Amino acid sequence: MAPQTLYEKIWKAHVVTEEPGKPALIYIDRHLVHEGTSPQAFSGLKAAGRKVRRPDLTFAVMDHSVPTKDRNLPLVDDIAAAQFAALERNCKEAGVRLFDMHDRNQGIVHVIGPDLGVTQPGLTIVCGDSHTSTHGAFGALAFGIGTSEVEHVLATQCLSQFKSKAMEVRVNGRRPRGVTAKDIILAIIGRIGIGGGTGHVIEYAGEAIRELSMEGRMTVCNMSIEAGARAGMVAPDETTFAYMEGRPFVPRGKDFEAAVSAWKRLATDPGAQFDRAVELDAAKIAPQVTWGTNPGMVAEVTGRVPDPGSFKDAVDREAAERALEYMALEPGTLIVDIPLDRVFIGSCTNSRLEDLRLAAGVVEGKHVAKSLKQALVVPGSRRVKAQAESEGLDKIFQSAGFEWRDSGCSMCIGMNADVLPSGERCASTSNRNFEGRQGKGGRTHLVSPMMAAAAAIEGHFVDIRGWNGQRGE
Amino acid sequence: MQPFKKHRGLVAPMDRVNVDTDQIVPKQFLKAITREGFGRTLFYDWRYLPGEKPNPEFVLNFPRYKGASVLLARANFGCGSSREHAPWALLDYGFRAIIAPSYADIFYNNCFKNGILPVTLADDQVADLFRRLEQKEGYTLSVDLETQTVTDDSGLNWKFEVDPFRRECLLNGWDDIGLTLRFEDKIADYEKGRNPQAPVFGPLEPPR
Repeated sequence: MAPQTLYEKIWKAHVVTEEPGKPALIYIDRHLVHEGTSPQAFSGLKAAGRKVRRPDLTFAVMDHSVPTKDRNLPLVDDIAAAQFAALERNCKEAGVRLFDMHDRNQGIVHVIGPDLGVTQPGLTIVCGDSHTSTHGAFGALAFGIGTSEVEHVLATQCLSQFKSKAMEVRVNGRRPRGVTAKDIILAIIGRIGIGGGTGHVIEYAGEAIRELSMEGRMTVCNMSIEAGARAGMVAPDETTFAYMEGRPFVPRGKDFEAAVSAWKRLATDPGAQFDRAVELDAAKIAPQVTWGTNPGMVAEVTGRVPDPGSFKDAVDREAAERALEYMALEPGTLIVDIPLDRVFIGSCTNSRLEDLRLAAGVVEGKHVAKSLKQALVVPGSRRVKAQAESEGLDKIFQSAGFEWRDSGCSMCIGMNADVLPSGERCASTSNRNFEGRQGKGGRTHLVSPMMAAAAAIEGHFVDIRGWNGQRGE
Repeated sequence: MQPFKKHRGLVAPMDRVNVDTDQIVPKQFLKAITREGFGRTLFYDWRYLPGEKPNPEFVLNFPRYKGASVLLARANFGCGSSREHAPWALLDYGFRAIIAPSYADIFYNNCFKNGILPVTLADDQVADLFRRLEQKEGYTLSVDLETQTVTDDSGLNWKFEVDPFRRECLLNGWDDIGLTLRFEDKIADYEKGRNPQAPVFGPLEPPR
């Protein structure tokens, strides 16, 4: 048989039926559901007199609009409350497992799936959320879908899909100290552009990817959609299996061993063909900071805000001009001279235990700059929160002047009370710096957790590689 | 879903690249539990001043584009979030067709589920349309899915490509779920073939 990619193997294993010239019907192994994009799907289902086909393969959670403090008090947001009530009712009627906001396993959907072991190699996983690409870190085929498709999966446990093209992004060599998974993926997006992955499923490979922890691989896969890719994946290996073993929904004992031996066969065969290939050298990647209004508008921390005149293409030039106007930045400004109002550490990109450990390591024994209005840490799940607290990370953050919150999407999307006020500037570990993403008129700079932590201490960006935490150096 | 066969309508420009779905429908409107009424929320942060007063500088508020139903856009339209609220808002506002050089995957897919036709034309063709639109107030285009053509009143007649299956679904307004349920036997066979006891907890079959 011809050598196959990881993507092709999973695709083929899930084709229920196909006819030439038509999309294939593929089976969906896990359907993750949240309050934001599901109510209309459940209503549609009900209106058509249909039922949820596989409630046992469907997992629901409240994350997008949940408050991150005072969760035991009645909700002040009536509209959000109605949406939570709808999810609760829909899950109850259909027999779908729901992690509500009071559940000890609650958290951001893309944090709890892997954390609970719902996410496994070789599976097809969908969710009405574009950052579903996160789960590809385990060697699963995972992608975001619209609400009509959510309804389709609820009703049929299948999706009608055209096969995507395959792209390999190979990151060779070793990343320098202070350079993290977030910097790798921002550098990739900076290289291929925010539409560079459109129509493709990206497989990340190379030494620098292999050396990443599962948390790091999730950060990379999470932002595949920010390059326009349908999904991002990393072939499962010993790092994957070690992370998975013992998690609640992962098979145990002999079953686990059998699963591992199957998962090992998922890796792309030597000589398999990709439609497109991109290579980067990890040693040359510096910490990244976005300066504009999409994740592809990114610079090295040692760099400057670009001059729109330097863009060859007229359309890019106009986009850069508009971005700088929105961001209130002057061309030529040193990235490290950009002052900040707030810092947000959280989101499905960077809110896992490793992220919190790295950020805590940076702020331990120090204090956030006086000029800062708020520094917020929002753990990705209640399990992450509990683990972090057992390690004393909450105390480190709080002594340093950070607020320590309950888990949810929070200021990544600002659907709860955690909103970036208009005109303010935020260093954020999240995934999107679109206009108004964190709050109307808010200005977002995407960075890694370590970079966000150091920026909180200094009140402006610093190059984490040479920073020793002595303010005013 | 309402079918799309042919539509003739006033064209409005959205002359920006990479218009993301956060701009098409900002997050504060994702807490709704119905599909209705999203027209008001379309391009909300660009379209309104405080107090929901129309921003006179925003293109869709220009009197000449009032009643537009064809949106002329730039590359990578609809990138970012998967929110289907974006096509719901476009449709509820009155847009039936979009013309752009490229679209983000999820948004493109979502359009077909809602009776909106996203037409893809080459960069230079789209640039040409932007020029024509600027020059002529009341510029109108006809988008015909049956013949796969975009035409105007002064003789412009361009073919566009669209996947034949998507075309057929949209022409007929077929219910996607209904289409899939015709394969109920195959779905059931697939389910029986692997891991029938406990798919969530049990071991997984190796990929075939």
